Amino acid sequence: MDSLIQVHDLVKIYSLGEVEVQALRGVSLLVERGEFVAIMGASGSGKSTFMNILGFLDRPTSGQYLLEGINGENLSRDDLAEIRNRKIGFVFQGFNLLSRTSALENVELPLTYAGAPTSKRKEMTQKALSEVGLKGREHHHPSQLSGGEQQRVAIARALVNRPAILLADEPTGNLDTKTSEEIMGIFQRLNREMGITIIMITHEPDIASFAKRNIHFRDGSIVDDYKNLAPTIAAVGGEVK
Amino acid sequence: MTRLLASLRIALRALTVNKMRSALTMLGIIIGVSAVIAMIAVGSGAKQRIAEQIASMGSNLLIVLSGSSTSGGLRFGSGTVPTLNVDDAKAILTEIPSVKYVAPTLGGVAQVVFGNQNWSTVINGTTPEALEIRDWPLSSGRPFIQQDIDGATKVCLLGKTVADNLFGGIDPVGQVIRIKNVPFTVIGVLAPKGQSTQGQDQDDTIIVPLTTAQKRLFGMQFPGMVRVIMVQAREPEVMKDVENQINDLLRQRHHIQPKQDNDFSVRNLTEIMSTAEQSASVMSLLLGAIASISLIVGGIGIMNIMLVSVTERTREIGIRIAVGAKGRDILLQFLIESLVLSLIGGTMGIGIGVAGTLILSSFTQWPTLFSVKAILLAFLFSGSVGVFFGFYPARKASMLDPIEALHYE
Repeated sequence: MDSLIQVHDLVKIYSLGEVEVQALRGVSLLVERGEFVAIMGASGSGKSTFMNILGFLDRPTSGQYLLEGINGENLSRDDLAEIRNRKIGFVFQGFNLLSRTSALENVELPLTYAGAPTSKRKEMTQKALSEVGLKGREHHHPSQLSGGEQQRVAIARALVNRPAILLADEPTGNLDTKTSEEIMGIFQRLNREMGITIIMITHEPDIASFAKRNIHFRDGSIVDDYKNLAPTIAAVGGEVK
Repeated sequence: MTRLLASLRIALRALTVNKMRSALTMLGIIIGVSAVIAMIAVGSGAKQRIAEQIASMGSNLLIVLSGSSTSGGLRFGSGTVPTLNVDDAKAILTEIPSVKYVAPTLGGVAQVVFGNQNWSTVINGTTPEALEIRDWPLSSGRPFIQQDIDGATKVCLLGKTVADNLFGGIDPVGQVIRIKNVPFTVIGVLAPKGQSTQGQDQDDTIIVPLTTAQKRLFGMQFPGMVRVIMVQAREPEVMKDVENQINDLLRQRHHIQPKQDNDFSVRNLTEIMSTAEQSASVMSLLLGAIASISLIVGGIGIMNIMLVSVTERTREIGIRIAVGAKGRDILLQFLIESLVLSLIGGTMGIGIGVAGTLILSSFTQWPTLFSVKAILLAFLFSGSVGVFFGFYPARKASMLDPIEALHYE
């Protein structure tokens, strides 16, 4: 069976006026199903560009990227939106929830765009919310939730469509240590119990230590890639509250 | 369908978040739609009043007036000197095939007495065809017939105003009134016709047989003379031909030399009226057009506010695109938002427009007329303004780059 993610010689060049910036200089990578990968690197190392391409939010200048064998190269904007909707879940540093919209509706959002029937939407939304331990907080708006709770709503939203891969861009960047560990606990549980593949960007080694594989980026290239044989086990967040 | 409902819900929520802004944006549409409604109502009211007046006058009507004769260097105005006679009328009827009816008429003002009441009114001596030409039914009694003309009987038909003033509540039919001291039996009352285009009360009249008028009331030096001949053409298309043919016929009958002026004149009242109707149509079109401009200005207001809204919600749009919204989902969401704005504004505008017009017409006595078509049109117009002016901002939103949108501060 093919790898979940196959990246081959990925190059991304941005043209800023007359200056060309080479954000990725030939990145190749394989990620199997069920992996939990942390991508590390200084800002400007190309890790965010790499994540955008993995998430079909951006297209590479050259090289190949296949997700479950799907090549986004010749697909339209709307086709990519559909792939994101069905196969990818995003978790951002700034949570990126819709304000003035309940947790329930935030989580429901991808299902709305997938055109799922109402009854199925309700059922899947409730399930995703309970998986991140937010049962009973469905009708709260983001402004009424703590940072950790907001990030859990975002994780539920990322999970609700049962994606092939969960992409997290500095998911703990705005959270304190304890809450960060909670979020990592949730990630580890989702990865362990549901076999969800997770790729996470972070610049904190502590956070990276929760992942099973660490990849280091520098100047648009992978400089280090190793298995973390003994990941830190999160003390909290590993159980459904 | 569920997506449409979801978009509608999102749109309504977005509009309630900025209530003041939404209300002010709607105000532009409200003013535009109510102006369109009011202007169309005023315009079509005026048009309808003119149309009613035309109908009350009788259709396809030509009036031949005697006069404009020259006597020893003095020129007299139309109708002042009777130069037409009953034979002219007969000739018009028999020699011009497109003529349906003629009614030679001789009239004058006289004092009318019944019991202790008296009233000054216009007495018109004419033939039974006059009522056909003017499409004037009776509200009671019977019309006079050819025998009344032949025998110059002293019978009369009263206009409603005359009947009201002389008889009050009594039924006039069968009563005897005196016109210039000659007793006349009332045989019928004419149905009310209202005001003419000139504002005259058309019901302030008495109709008697032509021969009776000639012999008993307005004695003439020349028997058979009439002041006016009413002519009805068979259809509107032949009016102009009939007018020319009457001119030729009467010039010939009156032995008028090629360079001499006519001693009669032919007036096409229907034509005059339809000119008035046309100008009323142009007027209402103009009013509607001006009002539409304000609706378009309202649309620009929508576009403006939608552009602001798209900019403000760039991040939201980015999130939606990231989790799988397609271009058309975003387009639809913002289109529905501007459509909801404009349709709510349109509905309120219809209410305010109707109410405002009713208030206006009750103060100014202007005739107004609402038509379902005009209201529907204004509603649809406001909707299309919403779609038209909402499209650019909605399209702009749907084309946003998700990465940039997600990092928009």
